[in-house]
Amino acid sequence: MTVNVLMPALSPTMEQGKLAKWLKSEGDAVKAGDVIAEIETDKATMEVEAVDEGVLARILVPGGTENVAVNTPIAVIAEEGESVADTADHAPINRTGEEDKAEKQAEAPAPAPGQTAPQEQPGEANKAQTKAAVEAAAPAPKPTSVAEQPSPTIAPEIPPGTAMVSMTMREALRDAMAEEMRRDPTVFVIGEEVAEYQGAYKVTQGLLQEFGSKRVVDTPITEYGFAGVGVGAAFAGLRPIVEFMTFNFSMQAIDHIVNSAAKTLYMSGGQIRCPIVFRGPNGAAARVAAQHSQDYSAWYSQVPGLIVISPSNASDAKGLLKAAIRNDNPVVFLENEILYGKTSEVPALEDFVLPIGKARIARPGKDVTLVSFSIGMTYALHAAEELAKEGIEAEVIDLRTLRPMDTATIIDSVKKTGRCVAIEEGWPQSGVCAEIAMRVQQEAFDYLDAPVLRVTGKDTPMPYAANLEKLALPSAAEVVTAAKAVLYRS
Amino acid sequence: MTKKVYLDHAHLLHLLKAMIRIRHFEAKCVELYQAQKILGFLHLYDGEEAVSVGVMEALTPEDAIIATYREHGQALARGVDPKCLMAEMMGKLNGCCRGRGGSMHFFDRKRRFYGGNAIVGGGLPLALGVALADKMQRRSAVTACFFGEGAVDEGEFHETLNLAKLWRLPILFVCENNLYSMGMAVERAEADIDFVHKASGYRVAGEKVDGMDVVAVESAARNAIDRIRSENDPYFLECRTYRFRAHSMFDAQLYRSKEEVEAWRKKGPILRFQTWLEANRLIKPEEIAAMEKEIDFEIAEAVAYAEAGGLEPISELERFVTMDEVPA
Repeated sequence: MTVNVLMPALSPTMEQGKLAKWLKSEGDAVKAGDVIAEIETDKATMEVEAVDEGVLARILVPGGTENVAVNTPIAVIAEEGESVADTADHAPINRTGEEDKAEKQAEAPAPAPGQTAPQEQPGEANKAQTKAAVEAAAPAPKPTSVAEQPSPTIAPEIPPGTAMVSMTMREALRDAMAEEMRRDPTVFVIGEEVAEYQGAYKVTQGLLQEFGSKRVVDTPITEYGFAGVGVGAAFAGLRPIVEFMTFNFSMQAIDHIVNSAAKTLYMSGGQIRCPIVFRGPNGAAARVAAQHSQDYSAWYSQVPGLIVISPSNASDAKGLLKAAIRNDNPVVFLENEILYGKTSEVPALEDFVLPIGKARIARPGKDVTLVSFSIGMTYALHAAEELAKEGIEAEVIDLRTLRPMDTATIIDSVKKTGRCVAIEEGWPQSGVCAEIAMRVQQEAFDYLDAPVLRVTGKDTPMPYAANLEKLALPSAAEVVTAAKAVLYRS
Repeated sequence: MTKKVYLDHAHLLHLLKAMIRIRHFEAKCVELYQAQKILGFLHLYDGEEAVSVGVMEALTPEDAIIATYREHGQALARGVDPKCLMAEMMGKLNGCCRGRGGSMHFFDRKRRFYGGNAIVGGGLPLALGVALADKMQRRSAVTACFFGEGAVDEGEFHETLNLAKLWRLPILFVCENNLYSMGMAVERAEADIDFVHKASGYRVAGEKVDGMDVVAVESAARNAIDRIRSENDPYFLECRTYRFRAHSMFDAQLYRSKEEVEAWRKKGPILRFQTWLEANRLIKPEEIAAMEKEIDFEIAEAVAYAEAGGLEPISELERFVTMDEVPA
């Protein structure tokens, strides 16, 4: 009897990694606990231990292989005395039942290049792994392409014919910072683990090497302190980028974001500017429980004096972060850990800057308007696809900037569709969706054929348990249900 | 080695005048408050004048200042026009912040006066940021950061002192220890009432100064600033002082006795300095009379300027919430 060794996940959000090297060879005896291989992600290196005793019968994925999906069988361990050659004929037994599904899914055709695969719910581990398997079976090609017709996920600001390059949101954010730091010597990065560690989420990877420790400044765990230092430096003429390891920790520093950064221009009668960017991952990641899974979109977008941006894809992330760094106001730039590793097309332009405060129609439609931002867009776009199967054409709007909110784009759409569903991962009360609903009823009341509905995170701290976490987050199915409800269809 | 302050006649007059200007300016503010021309919070510096006047003598125009919500003294000592300050107190368009800040939020960018911060402890990391910016841009400026002893109980005091020493930033911490954080006596608030000792916990060097003695403060500040510039290191001054009046205008002062206040008044910085000058015939009575007349004229002018000032039109309500966006 043989047992498969599966590619492990290094973190809750890891979908693939590199099988760095094998420490055992085929034919070697192994005991449970022996380190047999090393794997790497962009974040870390991890040892793979044998779970069972036996002989390393077969290595299925050679050392040095990149982009190995989580849960892919990487080796086969046979029982002592069992013929190594026999293993090829035996169907290996997986350690859990989940992987059967994954393997079956892996045989399914991969999405065509350029087509956006619907994104699964974070925390929905099985589905996420399935998707990883799909991607690994047919890795998306990464050559430079040309956007002849702008795809729905690409900003309308990008002219047709622009050369495009595939990159992750993480890389796009890093490039945005690096480009602005090259362009303007007053830009610097400050925060926890931004320099020598290369970024807790690797967003600042390589910046220390290029710009040195004077412009990529590691701090102790002192959020209140370094946020205030950033604001003071902005008062005195620099353009700091303050990284919060996650926005959960920005609560320690919120006094300086609100009282110092947002209010000083006003209090000083226009004398003191505060050109600063506070950035980092916001909202739920996966399986990190209540204190690490809060969405601050509503909190910060309530504050006059702040600009709040929350992009959903790599292209918007790059263009808007560059705009944020150049802006003379304090900007809260809310990223998302689940989206960091997602790849999308980014224009290969020397200086790609997007306008702040402009929403984007991610998918045109005529029957119902879906409004969202950041990871909420994955539910909205997935739901739009499902609705299309039933003949409902949803128009999906990506706000991109939460403050100032591009009300006109929402209102124009609602005037056309007469129906609106807003989607966010944050809590319902006093949320971004509540604000959208208010604006729609105020400015397009006569055009509405149904009350505005919202799909939000549930009114609860984020639970750790996978089943509860899934329930606490919105889903595409809830968006579909809400869309049908405003259309009075069942 | 202590460098002595050079006390010529002009300098002595200057120190006295700077303190009396603050005292009289604030006395006028109380009148205007009672006449309901100034409203909201009004935190008087009465009794603490020697601290800001002494420290400000050691600063150059290139240096920067961050103060608290009790910052009338710092602003006047820094040379911000009393007319603009009075107009600001009265919420007028010709105020230093167009009437948007009021008593607790004076700003003057030209004089590198970065507020006026009404969050206890809030100014500390901001001051450090200003110091960091100066160092990164290779300016030799020092930032003077004023805060009360109550701020020492806030976490950011500790965060800021640690970073200041770790990064060796040019900052002068001026702890104005007036013995009460609002109504909380220092002994009731601190496990250790030695603030210089607390600073030394972060290896920030410092000393205690008699904050009721303007010459002692100036001397300590001059030496501190020299040391900060030459050794590239922060420094900490604990200025022992006393607030003669209430914390704000809504304080019945149930936490201290009238006798205690009277005893401190006898040690007041103006009384003490002026008595010493007179006793040693360093100043003539007519000089003092002329000085007071001049100051009162200056303040009357400031009030007239403020009274004549207009109000921001309603159309300006949302101006300066944000800067116009920089074109992409």
